[in-house]
Amino acid sequence: MLQSVTAQPEVARSAATDYIVEIRDVHYSVGNRPIFSGLTMSIPRGRITAVMGPSGTGKTTLLRLVTGQIKPDRGQILFDGVDVSRLSRQELYDLRMRMGMLFQNGALLTDIDVFENVAFPLREHTDLPDSLIRNIVLTKLQAVGLRGAAQLMPSELSGGMARRVALARAMATDPEMLIYDEPFTGLDPISMGMIVRLVRQMNYALGITSIVVSHDVEELSILADTSYIIAGGKVAAAGTFVELKDHASEIVNQFMNGLADGPVPFHYPAPDYYEQLLSGKS
Amino acid sequence: MNLLRELLENLRQFIATIGATTLFLGRVLAQVPRAFLRPGLIIEQVHNAGALSLVIIMTCGLFVGAVLGLQGYDLLQRFGSEDALGTAAALALVKELGPVVTALLFAGRAGTALASEIGLMRATDQLTAMEMMAVDPIRRVVAPRFLGGVLAMPLLTVIFIAIGIFGVQVVGVQLFGVDSASFWSQMRSSVGVDDVYEGIIKGCVFGFACSLIAVYEGYTATPTAEGVGRATTRTVVTSAVLTLILDYMLTALML
Repeated sequence: MLQSVTAQPEVARSAATDYIVEIRDVHYSVGNRPIFSGLTMSIPRGRITAVMGPSGTGKTTLLRLVTGQIKPDRGQILFDGVDVSRLSRQELYDLRMRMGMLFQNGALLTDIDVFENVAFPLREHTDLPDSLIRNIVLTKLQAVGLRGAAQLMPSELSGGMARRVALARAMATDPEMLIYDEPFTGLDPISMGMIVRLVRQMNYALGITSIVVSHDVEELSILADTSYIIAGGKVAAAGTFVELKDHASEIVNQFMNGLADGPVPFHYPAPDYYEQLLSGKS
Repeated sequence: MNLLRELLENLRQFIATIGATTLFLGRVLAQVPRAFLRPGLIIEQVHNAGALSLVIIMTCGLFVGAVLGLQGYDLLQRFGSEDALGTAAALALVKELGPVVTALLFAGRAGTALASEIGLMRATDQLTAMEMMAVDPIRRVVAPRFLGGVLAMPLLTVIFIAIGIFGVQVVGVQLFGVDSASFWSQMRSSVGVDDVYEGIIKGCVFGFACSLIAVYEGYTATPTAEGVGRATTRTVVTSAVLTLILDYMLTALML
Protein backbone atom coordinates (compact mmCIF):
# COMPACT_ATOMS: atom_id res chain seq x y z
CA MET A 1 0.00 0.00 0.00
CA LEU A 2 2.68 2.43 0.98
CA GLN A 3 4.81 3.00 -2.07
CA SER A 4 7.72 5.14 -1.07
CA VAL A 5 7.12 6.12 2.52
CA THR A 6 8.18 2.83 3.96
CA ALA A 7 10.45 1.79 1.14
CA GLN A 8 14.15 2.36 1.59
CA PRO A 9 15.60 4.68 -1.02
CA GLU A 10 17.38 2.93 -3.83
CA VAL A 11 20.66 4.62 -3.12
CA ALA A 12 23.82 3.07 -1.88
CA ARG A 13 24.22 3.53 1.86
CA SER A 14 27.44 3.24 3.73
CA ALA A 15 27.63 1.70 7.17
CA ALA A 16 25.63 3.63 9.72
CA THR A 17 27.65 6.19 11.61
CA ASP A 18 26.93 8.34 14.64
CA TYR A 19 26.47 11.26 12.28
CA ILE A 20 23.46 11.43 9.98
CA VAL A 21 24.92 14.36 8.00
CA GLU A 22 28.61 14.95 7.35
CA ILE A 23 29.82 18.01 5.52
CA ARG A 24 33.41 17.68 4.37
CA ASP A 25 35.49 20.59 3.11
CA VAL A 26 32.65 22.19 1.18
CA HIS A 27 33.34 25.16 -1.09
CA TYR A 28 30.48 27.09 -2.60
CA SER A 29 30.37 30.45 -4.37
CA VAL A 30 27.65 32.61 -5.86
CA GLY A 31 29.26 34.34 -8.82
CA ASN A 32 32.59 35.64 -7.55
CA ARG A 33 31.43 35.80 -3.94
CA PRO A 34 32.55 32.81 -1.87
CA ILE A 35 29.90 31.63 0.61
CA PHE A 36 31.74 28.62 2.00
CA SER A 37 35.45 27.96 1.76
CA GLY A 38 36.26 24.66 3.42
CA LEU A 39 33.19 24.15 5.60
CA THR A 40 33.36 20.96 7.64
CA MET A 41 30.77 19.87 10.17
CA SER A 42 28.91 16.77 11.39
CA ILE A 43 25.31 16.48 12.55
CA PRO A 44 24.90 13.82 15.25
CA ARG A 45 22.06 11.34 14.86
CA GLY A 46 19.08 11.69 17.18
CA ARG A 47 20.11 15.09 18.53
CA ILE A 48 19.12 18.70 17.99
CA THR A 49 21.88 20.65 16.27
CA ALA A 50 21.76 24.42 15.97
CA VAL A 51 23.45 26.21 13.09
CA MET A 52 23.93 29.88 13.89
CA GLY A 53 25.75 32.82 12.43
CA PRO A 54 25.36 36.46 11.50
CA SER A 55 22.97 37.32 8.66
CA GLY A 56 24.34 36.58 5.23
CA THR A 57 26.80 33.90 6.34
CA GLY A 58 25.03 31.22 4.30
CA LYS A 59 22.93 29.37 6.88
CA THR A 60 20.02 28.86 4.50
CA THR A 61 22.47 28.06 1.70
CA LEU A 62 23.84 25.31 3.92
CA LEU A 63 20.36 23.80 4.24
CA ARG A 64 19.92 23.98 0.48
CA LEU A 65 23.21 22.12 0.08
CA VAL A 66 22.26 19.45 2.62
CA THR A 67 18.91 18.87 0.91
CA GLY A 68 20.47 18.74 -2.55
CA GLN A 69 18.72 21.84 -3.87
CA ILE A 70 22.11 23.16 -4.93
CA LYS A 71 25.45 21.43 -5.43
CA PRO A 72 28.76 22.45 -3.87
CA ASP A 73 31.63 23.59 -6.07
CA ARG A 74 33.91 21.21 -4.15
CA GLY A 75 33.69 18.89 -1.19
CA GLN A 76 31.20 16.28 0.00
CA ILE A 77 27.84 16.37 1.73
CA LEU A 78 26.93 12.96 3.05
CA PHE A 79 23.47 12.05 4.28
CA ASP A 80 23.68 8.69 6.01
CA GLY A 81 26.86 7.99 4.04
CA VAL A 82 25.36 8.95 0.66
CA ASP A 83 26.87 11.89 -1.24
CA VAL A 84 23.86 14.11 -1.84
CA SER A 85 25.48 16.10 -4.64
CA ARG A 86 26.03 13.01 -6.80
CA LEU A 87 22.44 11.75 -6.81
CA SER A 88 20.10 11.81 -9.79
CA ARG A 89 16.80 13.68 -9.47
CA GLN A 90 14.90 10.46 -8.65
CA GLU A 91 17.51 9.32 -6.12
CA LEU A 92 17.36 12.74 -4.53
CA TYR A 93 13.58 12.51 -4.27
CA ASP A 94 13.95 9.07 -2.68
CA LEU A 95 16.40 10.54 -0.17
CA ARG A 96 14.13 13.48 0.58
CA MET A 97 11.42 11.06 1.65
CA ARG A 98 13.61 10.62 4.72
CA MET A 99 13.82 14.35 5.41
CA GLY A 100 11.27 16.96 6.36
CA MET A 101 11.81 20.68 6.08
CA LEU A 102 10.11 23.56 7.79
CA PHE A 103 10.39 26.79 5.82
CA GLN A 104 10.68 30.22 7.37
CA ASN A 105 7.25 31.24 6.06
CA GLY A 106 5.65 27.81 6.31
CA ALA A 107 5.38 27.52 2.50
CA LEU A 108 1.88 26.04 2.78
CA LEU A 109 0.02 25.47 -0.46
CA THR A 110 -2.35 28.41 -0.52
CA ASP A 111 -5.13 26.91 -2.66
CA ILE A 112 -5.95 24.04 -0.27
CA ASP A 113 -6.96 24.01 3.39
CA VAL A 114 -4.91 22.97 6.41
CA PHE A 115 -6.14 19.37 6.32
CA GLU A 116 -5.24 18.94 2.65
CA ASN A 117 -1.85 20.57 3.19
CA VAL A 118 -0.94 17.95 5.78
CA ALA A 119 -2.48 15.21 3.65
CA PHE A 120 -0.57 16.40 0.56
CA PRO A 121 2.59 14.25 0.87
CA LEU A 122 0.48 11.22 1.81
CA ARG A 123 -1.78 11.61 -1.20
CA GLU A 124 1.24 12.13 -3.47
CA HIS A 125 3.28 9.17 -2.26
CA THR A 126 0.83 6.58 -1.02
CA ASP A 127 -2.34 4.77 -2.04
CA LEU A 128 -3.72 4.88 1.48
CA PRO A 129 -7.53 4.98 1.75
CA ASP A 130 -9.10 8.31 2.66
CA SER A 131 -10.16 7.05 6.10
CA LEU A 132 -6.56 6.21 7.02
CA ILE A 133 -5.20 9.48 5.61
CA ARG A 134 -7.83 11.31 7.67
CA ASN A 135 -6.67 9.59 10.85
CA ILE A 136 -2.98 10.27 10.16
CA VAL A 137 -3.64 13.93 9.36
CA LEU A 138 -5.75 14.43 12.49
CA THR A 139 -3.04 12.75 14.58
CA LYS A 140 -0.37 15.08 13.19
CA LEU A 141 -2.57 18.15 13.64
CA GLN A 142 -3.37 17.08 17.21
CA ALA A 143 0.37 16.85 17.89
CA VAL A 144 0.82 20.50 16.90
CA GLY A 145 -2.40 21.58 18.62
CA LEU A 146 -4.25 22.54 15.45
CA ARG A 147 -6.77 19.73 14.95
CA GLY A 148 -9.52 22.32 15.31
CA ALA A 149 -8.04 24.39 12.48
CA ALA A 150 -8.18 21.57 9.92
CA GLN A 151 -10.74 23.32 7.72
CA LEU A 152 -9.08 26.75 7.73
CA MET A 153 -7.31 28.09 4.66
CA PRO A 154 -3.61 29.10 4.99
CA SER A 155 -4.61 32.77 4.58
CA GLU A 156 -6.65 32.48 7.79
CA LEU A 157 -3.68 31.34 9.90
CA SER A 158 -1.28 33.45 11.97
CA GLY A 159 2.47 33.12 11.33
CA GLY A 160 2.92 30.77 14.27
CA MET A 161 -0.06 28.61 13.26
CA ALA A 162 1.21 28.39 9.67
CA ARG A 163 4.56 27.13 10.94
CA ARG A 164 2.88 24.55 13.16
CA VAL A 165 0.82 23.30 10.20
CA ALA A 166 4.00 23.16 8.12
CA LEU A 167 5.59 21.12 10.92
CA ALA A 168 2.63 18.72 10.90
CA ARG A 169 3.04 18.41 7.12
CA ALA A 170 6.79 17.84 7.41
CA MET A 171 6.08 15.00 9.89
CA ALA A 172 3.33 13.42 7.83
CA THR A 173 5.62 10.86 6.22
CA ASP A 174 7.57 10.21 9.46
CA PRO A 175 11.00 11.45 8.29
CA GLU A 176 14.28 10.56 9.98
CA MET A 177 15.47 14.15 10.02
CA LEU A 178 13.68 17.47 10.33
CA ILE A 179 15.28 20.68 9.14
CA TYR A 180 14.06 24.02 10.45
CA ASP A 181 14.92 27.19 8.55
CA GLU A 182 14.63 30.21 10.87
CA PRO A 183 11.64 28.75 12.76
CA PHE A 184 11.42 31.62 15.29
CA THR A 185 11.57 34.63 12.96
CA GLY A 186 8.69 37.06 13.36
CA LEU A 187 6.87 35.09 16.06
CA ASP A 188 5.40 36.45 19.29
CA PRO A 189 6.82 34.95 22.53
CA ILE A 190 3.89 32.54 22.94
CA SER A 191 4.18 31.15 19.41
CA MET A 192 7.96 31.00 19.83
CA GLY A 193 7.56 28.99 23.04
CA MET A 194 5.19 26.62 21.25
CA ILE A 195 7.63 26.03 18.41
CA VAL A 196 10.53 25.44 20.85
CA ARG A 197 8.40 22.92 22.74
CA LEU A 198 7.30 21.19 19.55
CA VAL A 199 10.81 20.89 18.15
CA ARG A 200 11.99 19.22 21.37
CA GLN A 201 8.94 16.97 21.61
CA MET A 202 9.14 15.87 17.99
CA ASN A 203 12.83 15.16 18.23
CA TYR A 204 12.79 13.03 21.34
CA ALA A 205 9.32 11.46 21.08
CA LEU A 206 9.92 10.33 17.51
CA GLY A 207 13.66 9.65 17.86
CA ILE A 208 14.58 11.80 14.87
CA THR A 209 17.42 14.22 14.15
CA SER A 210 16.83 17.96 14.00
CA ILE A 211 18.84 20.74 12.41
CA VAL A 212 17.72 24.21 13.43
CA VAL A 213 19.09 27.15 11.51
CA SER A 214 18.53 30.40 13.34
CA HIS A 215 20.17 33.41 14.95
CA ASP A 216 17.88 33.46 17.98
CA VAL A 217 20.55 32.66 20.56
CA GLU A 218 18.19 32.57 23.54
CA GLU A 219 15.77 30.04 22.05
CA LEU A 220 18.56 27.86 20.71
CA SER A 221 20.23 27.81 24.13
CA ILE A 222 17.14 26.01 25.46
CA LEU A 223 16.77 23.78 22.46
CA ALA A 224 20.07 22.64 21.02
CA ASP A 225 22.30 19.78 22.15
CA THR A 226 25.14 20.89 19.90
CA SER A 227 25.71 24.19 18.13
CA TYR A 228 27.77 25.46 15.25
CA ILE A 229 28.54 29.08 14.52
CA ILE A 230 29.36 29.83 10.89
CA ALA A 231 31.30 32.92 9.91
CA GLY A 232 33.63 33.75 7.06
CA GLY A 233 32.63 30.67 5.09
CA LYS A 234 33.81 28.26 7.77
CA VAL A 235 32.82 26.91 11.16
CA ALA A 236 33.94 29.58 13.63
CA ALA A 237 33.04 27.55 16.69
CA ALA A 238 31.27 24.35 17.70
CA GLY A 239 30.13 22.84 20.97
CA THR A 240 27.52 23.22 23.68
CA PHE A 241 26.08 26.60 24.55
CA VAL A 242 28.19 26.86 27.67
CA GLU A 243 31.31 26.25 25.61
CA LEU A 244 30.30 28.82 23.01
CA LYS A 245 29.53 31.47 25.64
CA ASP A 246 33.12 31.25 26.88
CA HIS A 247 34.69 30.91 23.46
CA ALA A 248 37.87 32.89 22.85
CA SER A 249 37.04 33.87 19.27
CA GLU A 250 36.08 37.52 18.86
CA ILE A 251 33.40 36.83 16.28
CA VAL A 252 31.81 34.13 18.43
CA ASN A 253 31.89 36.49 21.39
CA GLN A 254 30.30 39.26 19.30
CA PHE A 255 27.55 36.94 18.05
CA MET A 256 26.75 35.23 21.34
CA ASN A 257 26.60 38.52 23.23
CA GLY A 258 24.88 40.53 20.51
CA LEU A 259 27.56 43.24 20.24
CA ALA A 260 26.85 45.87 17.57
CA ASP A 261 30.46 46.23 16.45
CA GLY A 262 33.34 43.82 16.20
CA PRO A 263 34.73 41.50 13.53
CA VAL A 264 31.35 41.87 11.85
CA PRO A 265 31.47 45.66 11.42
CA PHE A 266 28.52 47.93 12.08
CA HIS A 267 29.28 49.87 8.89
CA TYR A 268 29.07 48.31 5.44
CA PRO A 269 32.38 48.96 3.61
CA ALA A 270 32.28 52.52 2.23
CA PRO A 271 34.65 55.34 1.23
CA ASP A 272 35.82 57.80 3.86
CA TYR A 273 32.80 59.53 5.42
CA TYR A 274 34.12 63.12 5.44
CA GLU A 275 35.70 62.86 2.01
CA GLN A 276 32.44 61.62 0.56
CA LEU A 277 30.43 64.39 2.23
CA LEU A 278 32.81 67.06 0.97
CA SER A 279 33.08 65.64 -2.55
CA GLY A 280 29.35 66.16 -3.15
CA LYS A 281 29.12 62.81 -4.99
CA SER A 282 26.71 60.04 -3.99
CA MET B 1 30.78 49.31 -30.60
CA ASN B 2 28.60 49.43 -27.50
CA LEU B 3 25.48 49.09 -29.63
CA LEU B 4 26.95 46.10 -31.44
CA ARG B 5 27.96 44.49 -28.14
CA GLU B 6 24.48 45.07 -26.77
CA LEU B 7 22.90 43.57 -29.88
CA LEU B 8 25.13 40.51 -29.65
CA GLU B 9 24.33 40.13 -25.97
CA ASN B 10 20.60 40.37 -26.70
CA LEU B 11 20.98 37.78 -29.44
CA ARG B 12 22.88 35.48 -27.07
CA GLN B 13 20.16 35.88 -24.45
CA PHE B 14 17.44 35.23 -27.03
CA ILE B 15 19.12 31.99 -28.13
CA ALA B 16 19.69 30.97 -24.51
CA THR B 17 15.99 31.57 -23.74
CA ILE B 18 14.91 29.45 -26.70
CA GLY B 19 17.23 26.68 -25.50
CA ALA B 20 15.96 26.91 -21.93
CA THR B 21 12.32 26.91 -23.09
CA THR B 22 12.96 23.83 -25.25
CA LEU B 23 14.55 21.97 -22.34
CA PHE B 24 11.66 23.04 -20.12
CA LEU B 25 9.18 21.80 -22.73
CA GLY B 26 11.02 18.46 -22.76
CA ARG B 27 10.63 18.16 -18.99
CA VAL B 28 6.95 19.04 -19.18
CA LEU B 29 6.22 16.63 -22.03
CA ALA B 30 8.04 13.87 -20.16
CA GLN B 31 5.59 14.32 -17.28
CA VAL B 32 2.47 14.50 -19.48
CA PRO B 33 1.74 10.73 -19.43
CA ARG B 34 1.91 10.72 -15.60
CA ALA B 35 -0.24 13.85 -15.46
CA PHE B 36 -2.95 12.01 -17.42
CA LEU B 37 -3.06 9.42 -14.62
CA ARG B 38 -4.68 12.11 -12.49
CA PRO B 39 -7.37 13.52 -14.79
CA GLY B 40 -8.96 15.45 -11.92
CA LEU B 41 -6.04 17.88 -11.88
CA ILE B 42 -6.28 18.46 -15.64
CA ILE B 43 -10.06 18.92 -15.55
CA GLU B 44 -9.61 21.51 -12.81
CA GLN B 45 -7.15 23.40 -15.00
CA VAL B 46 -9.38 23.15 -18.10
CA HIS B 47 -12.03 24.76 -15.90
CA ASN B 48 -9.62 27.48 -14.74
CA ALA B 49 -8.23 28.27 -18.18
CA GLY B 50 -11.38 27.54 -20.18
CA ALA B 51 -14.63 27.93 -18.25
CA LEU B 52 -13.40 30.99 -16.38
CA SER B 53 -12.45 32.64 -19.71
CA LEU B 54 -15.85 31.96 -21.27
CA VAL B 55 -17.48 35.29 -20.43
CA ILE B 56 -14.67 37.35 -21.92
CA ILE B 57 -14.39 35.06 -24.97
CA MET B 58 -18.15 35.14 -25.64
CA THR B 59 -18.46 38.89 -25.12
CA CYS B 60 -15.52 39.64 -27.38
CA GLY B 61 -16.69 37.05 -29.94
CA LEU B 62 -20.10 38.73 -30.11
CA PHE B 63 -18.67 42.21 -30.65
CA VAL B 64 -15.96 41.12 -33.08
CA GLY B 65 -18.70 39.40 -35.08
CA ALA B 66 -20.91 42.48 -34.88
CA VAL B 67 -18.13 44.77 -36.09
CA LEU B 68 -17.34 42.30 -38.87
CA GLY B 69 -21.03 42.44 -39.81
CA LEU B 70 -20.98 46.25 -39.95
CA GLN B 71 -17.77 46.54 -41.93
CA GLY B 72 -18.55 43.56 -44.15
CA TYR B 73 -22.00 44.85 -45.02
CA ASP B 74 -20.64 48.34 -45.72
CA LEU B 75 -18.01 46.93 -48.06
CA LEU B 76 -20.15 44.32 -49.83
CA GLN B 77 -23.12 46.58 -50.48
CA ARG B 78 -20.85 48.80 -52.60
CA PHE B 79 -20.62 45.88 -55.02
CA GLY B 80 -24.19 44.75 -54.52
CA SER B 81 -22.98 41.52 -52.86
CA GLU B 82 -24.59 41.78 -49.40
CA ASP B 83 -25.68 38.15 -49.65
CA ALA B 84 -22.03 37.11 -49.49
CA LEU B 85 -21.76 38.59 -45.99
CA GLY B 86 -22.23 35.18 -44.34
CA THR B 87 -19.46 33.59 -46.41
CA ALA B 88 -16.98 36.43 -45.97
CA ALA B 89 -17.52 36.81 -42.25
CA ALA B 90 -17.52 33.08 -41.57
CA LEU B 91 -14.28 32.53 -43.48
CA ALA B 92 -12.63 35.46 -41.73
CA LEU B 93 -13.75 34.19 -38.34
CA VAL B 94 -13.05 30.50 -38.88
CA LYS B 95 -9.64 30.86 -40.52
CA GLU B 96 -8.18 33.98 -38.88
CA LEU B 97 -10.03 36.10 -36.40
CA GLY B 98 -11.37 33.24 -34.28
CA PRO B 99 -8.07 31.53 -33.46
CA VAL B 100 -5.97 34.73 -33.34
CA VAL B 101 -8.26 36.87 -31.20
CA THR B 102 -9.03 33.92 -28.92
CA ALA B 103 -5.29 33.34 -28.44
CA LEU B 104 -4.71 37.01 -27.62
CA LEU B 105 -7.59 36.99 -25.12
CA PHE B 106 -6.43 33.64 -23.73
CA ALA B 107 -2.93 35.03 -23.17
CA GLY B 108 -4.37 38.08 -21.43
CA ARG B 109 -6.77 36.18 -19.16
CA ALA B 110 -5.64 32.59 -18.62
CA GLY B 111 -1.95 33.06 -19.54
CA THR B 112 -1.36 35.83 -17.03
CA ALA B 113 -3.29 33.91 -14.37
CA LEU B 114 -1.10 30.85 -14.97
CA ALA B 115 2.16 32.80 -14.96
CA SER B 116 1.37 34.80 -11.85
CA GLU B 117 0.02 31.77 -9.96
CA ILE B 118 3.11 29.66 -10.64
CA GLY B 119 5.41 32.66 -10.09
CA LEU B 120 3.84 33.38 -6.72
CA MET B 121 4.17 29.72 -5.78
CA ARG B 122 7.87 30.06 -6.56
CA ALA B 123 8.17 33.33 -4.60
CA THR B 124 6.46 31.87 -1.52
CA ASP B 125 8.59 28.69 -1.54
CA GLN B 126 5.62 26.47 -2.35
CA LEU B 127 7.44 24.87 -5.29
CA THR B 128 10.58 24.35 -3.20
CA ALA B 129 8.43 22.84 -0.44
CA MET B 130 7.01 20.39 -2.99
CA GLU B 131 10.52 19.43 -4.10
CA MET B 132 11.44 18.90 -0.46
CA MET B 133 8.42 16.59 -0.15
CA ALA B 134 9.85 14.64 -3.10
CA VAL B 135 7.03 15.88 -5.34
CA ASP B 136 8.14 17.09 -8.77
CA PRO B 137 6.47 20.51 -9.30
CA ILE B 138 6.70 20.00 -13.06
CA ARG B 139 4.48 16.93 -12.73
CA ARG B 140 2.16 18.23 -10.01
CA VAL B 141 1.83 21.92 -10.91
CA VAL B 142 3.15 22.68 -14.40
CA ALA B 143 2.03 19.71 -16.54
CA PRO B 144 -1.68 19.84 -15.52
CA ARG B 145 -1.80 23.60 -16.10
CA PHE B 146 -0.06 23.28 -19.45
CA LEU B 147 -2.45 20.53 -20.54
CA GLY B 148 -5.42 22.48 -19.22
CA GLY B 149 -4.45 25.42 -21.45
CA VAL B 150 -3.73 23.22 -24.49
CA LEU B 151 -7.14 21.52 -24.20
CA ALA B 152 -9.10 24.67 -23.40
CA MET B 153 -7.81 26.85 -26.26
CA PRO B 154 -9.38 24.95 -29.22
CA LEU B 155 -12.67 24.75 -27.33
CA LEU B 156 -12.60 28.47 -26.68
CA THR B 157 -11.74 29.08 -30.34
CA VAL B 158 -14.79 27.12 -31.50
CA ILE B 159 -17.03 29.01 -29.06
CA PHE B 160 -15.57 32.35 -30.16
CA ILE B 161 -16.23 31.52 -33.82
CA ALA B 162 -19.80 30.37 -33.14
CA ILE B 163 -20.66 33.47 -31.12
CA GLY B 164 -18.88 35.65 -33.71
CA ILE B 165 -21.03 34.23 -36.53
CA PHE B 166 -24.08 34.88 -34.36
CA GLY B 167 -22.90 38.52 -34.01
CA VAL B 168 -22.52 38.83 -37.80
CA GLN B 169 -26.01 37.40 -38.26
CA VAL B 170 -27.53 39.81 -35.75
CA VAL B 171 -26.07 42.83 -37.54
CA GLY B 172 -26.33 41.58 -41.13
CA VAL B 173 -29.66 39.80 -41.10
CA GLN B 174 -31.56 41.35 -38.19
CA LEU B 175 -30.28 44.94 -38.51
CA PHE B 176 -29.52 45.46 -42.21
CA GLY B 177 -32.02 42.96 -43.58
CA VAL B 178 -29.66 40.66 -45.52
CA ASP B 179 -31.67 37.68 -46.67
CA SER B 180 -31.43 35.00 -44.00
CA ALA B 181 -31.61 32.03 -46.39
CA SER B 182 -28.83 33.45 -48.61
CA PHE B 183 -26.73 34.30 -45.56
CA TRP B 184 -26.78 30.74 -44.21
CA SER B 185 -26.84 28.81 -47.50
CA GLN B 186 -23.90 30.71 -48.99
CA MET B 187 -21.98 30.22 -45.79
CA ARG B 188 -22.68 26.47 -45.79
CA SER B 189 -21.71 26.04 -49.42
CA SER B 190 -18.51 28.11 -49.19
CA VAL B 191 -17.03 27.17 -45.86
CA GLY B 192 -15.51 23.71 -46.15
CA VAL B 193 -14.32 21.21 -43.60
CA ASP B 194 -10.73 22.15 -44.46
CA ASP B 195 -11.43 25.74 -43.40
CA VAL B 196 -12.79 24.52 -40.07
CA TYR B 197 -9.77 22.25 -39.60
CA GLU B 198 -7.48 25.19 -40.32
CA GLY B 199 -9.13 27.20 -37.54
CA ILE B 200 -9.00 24.33 -35.08
CA ILE B 201 -5.36 23.49 -35.92
CA LYS B 202 -4.45 27.14 -35.37
CA GLY B 203 -6.34 27.10 -32.06
CA CYS B 204 -4.39 24.01 -30.95
CA VAL B 205 -1.00 25.45 -31.98
CA PHE B 206 -1.70 28.83 -30.36
CA GLY B 207 -2.96 27.07 -27.22
CA PHE B 208 0.24 25.02 -27.05
CA ALA B 209 2.44 28.11 -27.54
CA CYS B 210 0.55 30.41 -25.16
CA SER B 211 0.28 27.76 -22.42
CA LEU B 212 3.98 26.90 -22.72
CA ILE B 213 5.00 30.56 -22.48
CA ALA B 214 2.74 31.12 -19.46
CA VAL B 215 3.99 28.13 -17.45
CA TYR B 216 7.62 28.75 -18.44
CA GLU B 217 7.54 32.42 -17.47
CA GLY B 218 5.82 31.59 -14.18
CA TYR B 219 8.19 28.74 -13.34
CA THR B 220 11.32 30.72 -14.09
CA ALA B 221 10.10 34.01 -12.57
CA THR B 222 12.46 35.79 -10.20
CA PRO B 223 10.94 35.03 -6.78
CA THR B 224 10.02 38.62 -5.92
CA ALA B 225 6.91 40.76 -6.44
CA GLU B 226 8.71 42.62 -9.23
CA GLY B 227 9.88 39.35 -10.80
CA VAL B 228 6.35 37.93 -10.89
CA GLY B 229 5.07 41.18 -12.40
CA ARG B 230 7.71 41.08 -15.11
CA ALA B 231 6.95 37.41 -15.84
CA THR B 232 3.26 38.24 -16.24
CA THR B 233 4.02 41.10 -18.63
CA ARG B 234 6.42 38.94 -20.64
CA THR B 235 3.73 36.26 -20.90
CA VAL B 236 1.29 38.62 -22.61
CA VAL B 237 3.84 40.27 -24.88
CA THR B 238 5.62 37.08 -25.97
CA SER B 239 2.35 35.20 -26.46
CA ALA B 240 0.90 37.98 -28.61
CA VAL B 241 3.98 38.29 -30.80
CA LEU B 242 4.43 34.53 -31.15
CA THR B 243 0.74 34.06 -31.98
CA LEU B 244 0.96 36.50 -34.87
CA ILE B 245 4.22 35.01 -36.17
CA LEU B 246 2.82 31.47 -35.94
CA ASP B 247 -0.38 32.66 -37.61
CA TYR B 248 1.56 33.85 -40.64
CA MET B 249 3.54 30.61 -40.82
CA LEU B 250 0.48 28.38 -40.47
CA THR B 251 -1.51 30.40 -42.98
CA ALA B 252 1.34 30.18 -45.48
CA LEU B 253 1.53 26.43 -44.90
CA MET B 254 -2.19 25.75 -45.23
CA LEU B 255 -3.07 28.03 -48.14
